[in-house]
Amino acid sequence: MSDITLQGRMVHGGVAEGEALVTKSPLGGFGTFDFDSGDIVDLNHEWYGKNIKDKVLVFATASGSSAWTIAHQALRFVDLSPAAYVVRENNPQTALGSVVARRPCITDLNQDPTEVIATGDWVRVDAERGIVEVTKRCAADR
Amino acid sequence: MLKLERDEREMLAGDLGPARQRAMALLVKYANALGADRFIDIRNVTIIPGSIPNVEIVRKIVPSMDIDEIASRFMLDSDERVVVDKVKAFTTTNATWRDQAYPELQKGSKAHCDLLQRLAEYCKRIGMIHLATCTPYQVGNLPVRGEHIAWTESSAVAYSNSVIGARTNIEGLHSAFAAAITGKIPNWGMHLDRNRRGKVLVEVAVDMSDLREWSLLGYYVASQVGLNLPIYEHINHLPDLTQLMALCAAGISGGSVVMHHLVGITPEAPTVEAASGGRRPEFELRFAAAERRRTYEWLNRSGKDAVDIVALGCPHCTLESLRQIAELLDGKKISANTKLYLTTNSMIKAMGAIQGYNAVIEKAGGLILQDSCCLELAVDPDNVFATNSGKLGHYAPGATGLKHTWFGTLAECIDAAVTGKWRGELP
Repeated sequence: MSDITLQGRMVHGGVAEGEALVTKSPLGGFGTFDFDSGDIVDLNHEWYGKNIKDKVLVFATASGSSAWTIAHQALRFVDLSPAAYVVRENNPQTALGSVVARRPCITDLNQDPTEVIATGDWVRVDAERGIVEVTKRCAADR
Repeated sequence: MLKLERDEREMLAGDLGPARQRAMALLVKYANALGADRFIDIRNVTIIPGSIPNVEIVRKIVPSMDIDEIASRFMLDSDERVVVDKVKAFTTTNATWRDQAYPELQKGSKAHCDLLQRLAEYCKRIGMIHLATCTPYQVGNLPVRGEHIAWTESSAVAYSNSVIGARTNIEGLHSAFAAAITGKIPNWGMHLDRNRRGKVLVEVAVDMSDLREWSLLGYYVASQVGLNLPIYEHINHLPDLTQLMALCAAGISGGSVVMHHLVGITPEAPTVEAASGGRRPEFELRFAAAERRRTYEWLNRSGKDAVDIVALGCPHCTLESLRQIAELLDGKKISANTKLYLTTNSMIKAMGAIQGYNAVIEKAGGLILQDSCCLELAVDPDNVFATNSGKLGHYAPGATGLKHTWFGTLAECIDAAVTGKWRGELP
């Protein structure tokens, strides 16, 4: 049973679940990832050093270069893709990026996902239904 | 709900061949992802094939290294190999290629250099112009005000929207390629009047005469506004091309500023009211001494003053910058411990040769790279790096692994190249 259910709009279809990685900041593409490990290598980003493989990425929007979509497609090619994207404000990079990454993506949620979801929560994304189910990680587990 | 016109349906059905079918199919997915209701005709594209992943990833996905299959997979996201005849739109290539004269200086060395040369030949084969620049508006791709275009290169997107008044979202490689093939792009975002209005009013309370300030202003505001467009007012200095490029580049690397308004300067901002569409700003910001200093400190991450690399030309060096650099270096020698790299495109470099600027810069020990990008340099991550570009200062750590980066004026960068020491400071 999930603790919280958010309703939003599908950006790209699919169903996936995983542990959430959450930031109120935007997420980049170019110069953001190490393609051997899936680690974030952008020194400017609060996720620096974190690994994105199989995570549900919850973030404000996409920032930076038009190479965003190249990077997110490349993560798929090297089997380091995140499980899904939950984006507060969709933009061209997150839209095309989730299409070429071929991962589920949801936006325009009825609550700010970067407020409601915390890093470590278990998140299930059902993009066609526009549903994000959040199971809070117990305080004791943190 | 996305509605397709007859020509779009024909392309999607495959009536005009498999390449247009794949391109249209991708655009339909993209339009649905955006929530667009229709497509718009475009005839001007800037595309970024030079940023495809490294040669190991390309070989993993396309072991044959067949160039049409590489383009299909990496540029069109098509699992099926399609052969593109000619692109429909006037299409020019972005930077991030390799200067073929110096393969060892750039990431991926000779193997990646060779792959990108084959990809450049492919681009030419299908009718693209291989401008290889992040500033196409400097050298032959200059859209007109109100024109709908499909551009990659974030700084050029911001320049197009803000300074030229052309209309584009930040396209990616895949959507730009599909747009080049079909002449279509989703009618969404910056293509629509209502999304071009400024929402954040920024009071500019510092002297804006030096290039450095334009990087600082853009970088600071980008960190504050999210996807809202800023309206800059009370700017005390009419910016030149290089300064506008710096503002655009910093605003979209430090955040997502796809368009800004400079009141009394840029075409859609004769007044604050015109720039905002007569609506009250969602919030206001002030860029004064404290914000300026804080931003300067974000971009200056080094405690080491011995500089290994000085990088200029991000976005690609203008003729005016090339002239200034040549004047600053005339009769000087670059420190034996320091490398000076300058990036621009082949057309500006050719003009620099005609003017004698290149000879002066090269005699001093500097290197002018064409078609490439300073972020494509192969560097030792422990090197100390200095630049006059806010964009380069932002991306260098992630793109190259550099941890020690300095940011300052052009004169400070040239001084660092000549003395090998960083002596920049913010007055």
